Amino acid sequence: MSQNTSAIGKVTGIIANLVIVEVDAPIAQNEICYIQHPEAKLMAEVIKVLGNKAYVQVFESTRGIRTGMEVAFQGHMLEATLGPGILSRNYDGLQHDLDRMDGLFLQRGDYTDALDAEREWDFTPLAQPGDTLSAGNWLGEVTENSIPHRIMVPFKMTGSYHLKSIVEAGSYRIHDTIAILTDERAREHPITMVQKWPVKQAIRAYREKPRPFRLLETGVRIIDTLNPIVEGGTGFVPGPFGSGKTVLLQAISKQAEADIVIVAACGERANEVVDLFTEFPELEDPHTGRKLMERTTIIANTSNMPVAAREASVYTAMTLAEYYRSMGLKVLLLADSTSRWAQALREMSNRMEELPGPDAFPMDLPAIISNFYSRAGLVYLNNGETGSITFLGTVSPAGGNLKEPVTESTKKAARCFYALSQQRADSKRYPAIDPIDSYSKYLEYPELQETLSKNIEPDWVQKVDRLKNILIRGKEAAEQINILGDDGVSIEYHLAYWKSEVIDAIILQQDAFDEVDCNTPMQRQQYMTDLVLEIYNHEFHFDSFEEVNPYFKRVINQLKQMNYKPFQSDAFEQLRKELDKLLAE
Amino acid sequence: MKAFQKIYTKITQITKATCTLQASGIGYEELALVHGRLAQVVKIIGDAVTLQVFAGTEGIPTNAEVTFFGRPPTLKVSEDLAGRFFNAFGNPIDGGPDIEGEEREIGGPSVNPVRRKQPSELIATGMAGIDLNNTIVTGQKIPFFADPDQPYNQVMAMVALRAQADKIILGGMGLTNDDYLYYKSVFDNAGALDRIVSFVNTTEDPPVERLLVPDMALTAAEYFAVENNEKVLVLLSDMTLYADALSIVSNRMDQIPSKDSMPGSLYSDLAKIYEKAVQFPDGGSITIIAVTTLSGGDITHAIPDNTGYITEGQLFLRRDTDIGKVIVDPFRSLSRLKQLVIGKKTRADHPQVMNAAVRLYADAANARTKLENGFDLTDYDQRTLKFASAYAENLLAIDVNIDTDAMLDTTWGLFSRHFKPEEVSIRQDLVEQYWQSEG
Repeated sequence: MSQNTSAIGKVTGIIANLVIVEVDAPIAQNEICYIQHPEAKLMAEVIKVLGNKAYVQVFESTRGIRTGMEVAFQGHMLEATLGPGILSRNYDGLQHDLDRMDGLFLQRGDYTDALDAEREWDFTPLAQPGDTLSAGNWLGEVTENSIPHRIMVPFKMTGSYHLKSIVEAGSYRIHDTIAILTDERAREHPITMVQKWPVKQAIRAYREKPRPFRLLETGVRIIDTLNPIVEGGTGFVPGPFGSGKTVLLQAISKQAEADIVIVAACGERANEVVDLFTEFPELEDPHTGRKLMERTTIIANTSNMPVAAREASVYTAMTLAEYYRSMGLKVLLLADSTSRWAQALREMSNRMEELPGPDAFPMDLPAIISNFYSRAGLVYLNNGETGSITFLGTVSPAGGNLKEPVTESTKKAARCFYALSQQRADSKRYPAIDPIDSYSKYLEYPELQETLSKNIEPDWVQKVDRLKNILIRGKEAAEQINILGDDGVSIEYHLAYWKSEVIDAIILQQDAFDEVDCNTPMQRQQYMTDLVLEIYNHEFHFDSFEEVNPYFKRVINQLKQMNYKPFQSDAFEQLRKELDKLLAE
Repeated sequence: MKAFQKIYTKITQITKATCTLQASGIGYEELALVHGRLAQVVKIIGDAVTLQVFAGTEGIPTNAEVTFFGRPPTLKVSEDLAGRFFNAFGNPIDGGPDIEGEEREIGGPSVNPVRRKQPSELIATGMAGIDLNNTIVTGQKIPFFADPDQPYNQVMAMVALRAQADKIILGGMGLTNDDYLYYKSVFDNAGALDRIVSFVNTTEDPPVERLLVPDMALTAAEYFAVENNEKVLVLLSDMTLYADALSIVSNRMDQIPSKDSMPGSLYSDLAKIYEKAVQFPDGGSITIIAVTTLSGGDITHAIPDNTGYITEGQLFLRRDTDIGKVIVDPFRSLSRLKQLVIGKKTRADHPQVMNAAVRLYADAANARTKLENGFDLTDYDQRTLKFASAYAENLLAIDVNIDTDAMLDTTWGLFSRHFKPEEVSIRQDLVEQYWQSEG
């Protein structure tokens, strides 16, 4: 980064939120600067340099900017502020605390601090004076919302250091010096509890990144059972509007078995973020019983907030996730929707008059997307502990067409594909994940298969395969019935179809708005899987196809009622008994 | 306005919608007057300032007089707005006096998302296609996706009057003069004119002027919702024509078009408007009901497609040939915010009844396909068909006007008449409570 931290330029041009600045001092690509508008300083980022002209994208409305206004360059890139107190906060895309801004409306240039400088934290040292340490090593910890928040050697410090001194256990504020490190040349570096990191660069303070091998439970049956996501895995959810992307992502954010959840609401509806603001402080984490908000941070760049900050918002979110991963925590990162971020890139590339790629997106879109997804993953930290970022992004394909550039680029980068189908959404089969088109590459990983056999049951993966085969066969049977007519096929076709319908209705479909049905723990998923397979293997005798439909409707109705009752409750067991009677008919 | 305005008289470049001149000290998005026509700054490169002339540039000479206002477009807001009709610039077109009031920049800042309140008050329209299946909530934004021949303006006017809003703000973009007069007379006949504020750009006005209409309408809406804590309903018709105007401008500015020759920023441009819909904590709210006309029902076109990703659902009208009436299509219509009120502000059986009825209506559609393909129908198929036509007639048709409880009771009645309890697949306790066993 440029050493000259006081470069001053002057505005010479404005096209929407792209501003051209003439500057004679050295500046850097992606350097942050502030335009000195008389009402407020407006934050901007250098995205192109041409001779003595810097092209900067302004993170605010450019209304009223004039040529000749002064621009102050800051000598650093866009950085996230990392320290205790990030959890439970609602940030904008640039990590300004939304709750601390005044008034009903967002005033431009109202930049609030990310962290509370006054709050005291109970610090416990973890390292001893004399230890040799490097970036990311744990110095001590504080408790943030009952989560152990490790204070680390700042990621920007390269090489190895000696811990000269560390404070005793006690209360400290984030800017207090808690340790002094010395480098090879015996220079002293005071360390506080807060550090900064440029959001567009990955934090690599870990030993290695193995292939993921542990299931991350989401409580959503069609994911956990059929197409599981793993700790440190990546997945994406493309779907036309109205197919339930956001409802699905919100369900996962509530139920997933993660230590930390970071939600990046990227260019989406403000009311959806309000849902999170309203519900998360009330709802309980099903795994710990504490309030969901305690483990959650929300980055909100809603669709009416400045476009340029949209791109920043996903990077900010990823950087916060990497920070918590370095503490050995299981982080779930959700971005809704990555298409809006791609569109923001397109708007800017268009204004800079770059030659466009497909659908006017920038040529390097696939590289940008795969680079971003690669920041997720499971890692072994330097101390041997594991930490993970599981990343799920939604994609909003234009016209619902999965052959558009964002979907195609993402498909190459993500390992799980949850295709939302318009047809399933239209027939109210939610979550509308297509069971046949969707996949989880992780199911093929021997590492995961091993943990699944150990933790669930030895032939679990085979059972999942059978479910999928039954669904495929059911679909084929349905097509045959449609072509040949109900009485044009043998009863076997009707049976094949209705047996797949049982799986569809009981395993795949799930009521996200029902208290019980919304979240199914793995043990219950296993029970229901066994139950539907038992029904599949059951010998049925029908005299005509007309008996098949009403009979299976009764079976499905019975099973559905079971899904609505607490697992193994009296009511549940009673329904099970009635079901057995029905099967014995 | 400054006492001594500098007058420029040297235009260096003119296109169909823009002109460029040398000027200094000009602010971005500032208003100007070019040859007596309103214009706005859209680009500044050094001394070259490019202005978008709303009424078009026909006949503008290179030595035309250009003056700058030193401010972006504004609207004067006060109680006096109520009952008045304005053009896209906020000037009265009803022959009444100018508005006295506070001058506000239009297209102002967004509401801080943490200051919003979760919408929770339902808007009753009396139409079961909306109230029962796609309940609308204050603070929501929802468009009708309609073909140009469908009666969307009539339905919107009806919704607006029944909605019991404190203020109704009409933003007309490319409205035909006939439709404009229709709205005027409907509101007038209902005695509601004093609750209405209209900003109208008709087909007779230059298309680029439309770009100001939504911001004008929403600035007025924000005034009533924030200052007076009023429930404001904003009607925007037709957003497709607004988007067309956007594409004209971006084309004139030599921008690279993305899908369907729309500007790459279409999503953000539309979102900026629709996201003004909000529930404020002190009771005021802005609800937006818009129209996006489709061509041949194609919702994959960039305009409806981007709209669908922004709005909280969409409503489709369809002519049901079975009963010969226009209905609100239960399959394609969706209100995303209905979950916030159904079963909470309405009766507990609402969500399950709604879903079961739509599912059975879908079964009827399958039965109809079977029939058309020449297959025999089962007894169940026959019953779904009977159910479907009664359901359409008594509930989905747009001429229905009953309250939500009556809608639910009617639906239970239809279930009981045509089906057995296990065929509707509703939670047992609700079936026990509401099933109307035949006496």
